Amino acid sequence: MLTNFVIPDLLPAAPELFILAMACVILIVDLFVKSKARTLTFALTQLTLVGCAAITYMTSTGEITYTFSNMFVDDLMADLLKLFLDLTVIVVLFYARGYIAERVSMAKGEFYVLVLLATLGMMVMISANHLLTLYLGLEMMSLSVYAMVALNRDSTQATEAAMKYFVLGALASGLLLYGISMVYGATGTLEITQVAQALAQGAVNKTILVFGLVFLVAGIAFKLGVVPFHMWIPDVYHGAPTPVTLFIASAPKLAAFAMVIRLLVNGLFFLAPDWQQMLMILAVLSMAIGNLAAIAQTNIKRMLAYSAISHMGFMLLGMVSGVVGGDARFALNAYSSSMFYMVAYVITSVAGFGMILLLARAGFEADSLDDFKGLNKRSPWFASMMMVVMLSMAGIPFFVGFFAKFAVLQAVVAAGYMWLAIAAVLFSLIGAFYYLRVVKLMYFDAPLDETPIAAGFDTKLLLSANGLAVALLGLFPQTLMYLCAVALVRSL
Amino acid sequence: MLENYFPILLFILVGIAIGVLPIVLGWLIAPNRPDAEKLSPYECGFEAFEDARMKFDVRYYLIAILFILFDLEIAFLFPWATIFKEIVNTEAVKWFGFAEMMVFIAILVVGYIYAWVKGALEWE
Amino acid sequence: MLTLSHFLVLGAILFAISVLGIFLNRKNLIVLLMAIELMLLAVNMNFIAFSHYMQDLAGQLAVFFILVVAAAESAIGLAILVVLFRNLRTIHVDDLDSLKG
Repeated sequence: MLTNFVIPDLLPAAPELFILAMACVILIVDLFVKSKARTLTFALTQLTLVGCAAITYMTSTGEITYTFSNMFVDDLMADLLKLFLDLTVIVVLFYARGYIAERVSMAKGEFYVLVLLATLGMMVMISANHLLTLYLGLEMMSLSVYAMVALNRDSTQATEAAMKYFVLGALASGLLLYGISMVYGATGTLEITQVAQALAQGAVNKTILVFGLVFLVAGIAFKLGVVPFHMWIPDVYHGAPTPVTLFIASAPKLAAFAMVIRLLVNGLFFLAPDWQQMLMILAVLSMAIGNLAAIAQTNIKRMLAYSAISHMGFMLLGMVSGVVGGDARFALNAYSSSMFYMVAYVITSVAGFGMILLLARAGFEADSLDDFKGLNKRSPWFASMMMVVMLSMAGIPFFVGFFAKFAVLQAVVAAGYMWLAIAAVLFSLIGAFYYLRVVKLMYFDAPLDETPIAAGFDTKLLLSANGLAVALLGLFPQTLMYLCAVALVRSL
Repeated sequence: MLENYFPILLFILVGIAIGVLPIVLGWLIAPNRPDAEKLSPYECGFEAFEDARMKFDVRYYLIAILFILFDLEIAFLFPWATIFKEIVNTEAVKWFGFAEMMVFIAILVVGYIYAWVKGALEWE
Repeated sequence: MLTLSHFLVLGAILFAISVLGIFLNRKNLIVLLMAIELMLLAVNMNFIAFSHYMQDLAGQLAVFFILVVAAAESAIGLAILVVLFRNLRTIHVDDLDSLKG
């Protein structure tokens, strides 16, 4: 038996191994850090992420490499998503630092270790070529994030949000796992590439498979947070400490996108007509309910939560337009538009939540829409940055959000779903209302408090860079689009 | 079809009988002269001082959580142990098979050190 | 004889009970954690059944990992429960209502 065993090549998984080793080191080192500011823990964490990005970049071959008995895959899409992921987490940690330092209950080394472990989970998800690997990555991410939400132990809201997140997240994992067991039963394998092969050869039990597919899609929908599986999103975004909200709203979206690609495209591409129909319903419902419910919100974290729901719905439109009547010519184009949408959304969303952190200070959360009133008088520069973010989210030309929406709509129209494109534009117009309301509050209302913005220099600098990136990527979106397209062409 | 389940039915019946018979016999045969002292719950010779259905101290939960974690992670050692001889006798995977489990245990130890230094293992 | 579908039906029934347990239970959060645990065990039943009838070991391997993840999950769940109890002094599901909108 053991003579058949091939010792796995560790190189493709080097970034993950590095992060795991460093997370263990940081956990131990932090035990002996006495200072309240945790500068050492912070610096080590950032170094780890930078190192991880560097290793990802250096070990990237552009080829599809399998290792760990085909359980793990390293391809260009994985490398690109991991680089974006590392960058996102680095920025998130810089934004979060000031907020954490001002609050005793949050200033714990565990925050950084949990961020690293969640990142590790996401990277495993991104590189999964085995349904079990995917599940383990997902759970590693989810469990770390549940703990992060509950990190502020004295806040009733945060612990309540953590409990809700935990219960619904566990339910989602359960659904996904049930779907996985059905796929296993129908195809006789857990390896994603072999699932695809079994489907291509037609040697499968179609009834069990489609039954399982329903559960898989439900599980994915839960993790993406699209209607009708969105109940946890507003409560968790609202209840969690803002740095944790910032984290949840950005990095896991990239991993969730990778999960969609790995499961539905790499694995179950032959069932595309089936899952496209399911995703289409989810997408339309999310855009409708997300945009309509966001209008009624007074808390900006809650508003951005509903906005996230609608954005995930929009992203799914690209996944829906891959295969039309058995013709998969436009599939790559459609999926890369979705990937571009996801990356663009993450960049914008990080800047949006970063603004809340910028305005927050000791004992003041700045998470109400009213706290943005008259921001132009307090800081014209950051008011303009927030405006860029809001306009980009609304999809107004010429910011990155516009091109993201445009690319997805192009794919939808190419697939011949005219009504879907029209519906998407209509719901985006409704959505523009609440984004523009924020702009109106900032520029035409009197400020409620005149306190100058107290955030650190690094946060201000990074946030400016982030806002500028949203604006500049809007002017030059081709490079990013090209990267996404190449990554998918070389990986699928 | 259904006759396959007959042994199970028999098993259930015998199980119930073994549980119920002694109680019924004791109730029928034994003399029955109750008084207050006999009816009170038995607690190692001294009097019961509070209701048994009290809430557990939160600290029990902490120990329970740690126990669940370390207990189940060890489950991975068993399949490894069953083929340990085979691992050692196969030249190609000798060190890899050993190192793999050591890495796994090292990660557990990191968690253990963390719990220890944080004081999760102390009662007070 | 017991066939594959018997086990699948058993798995489905257990799974349905656990999902109902999550949605119908309005009283105790501990029961919710138990329902989640039951859900993972129901899936394990599926995996074992498939694994046995297809003579493929991968399913049993999956069960191993799922069991361990389930333990980690219940540990996190209990930890959150304890923190929640410290804040709210209750573990009734209906009392989780401070977040709305």
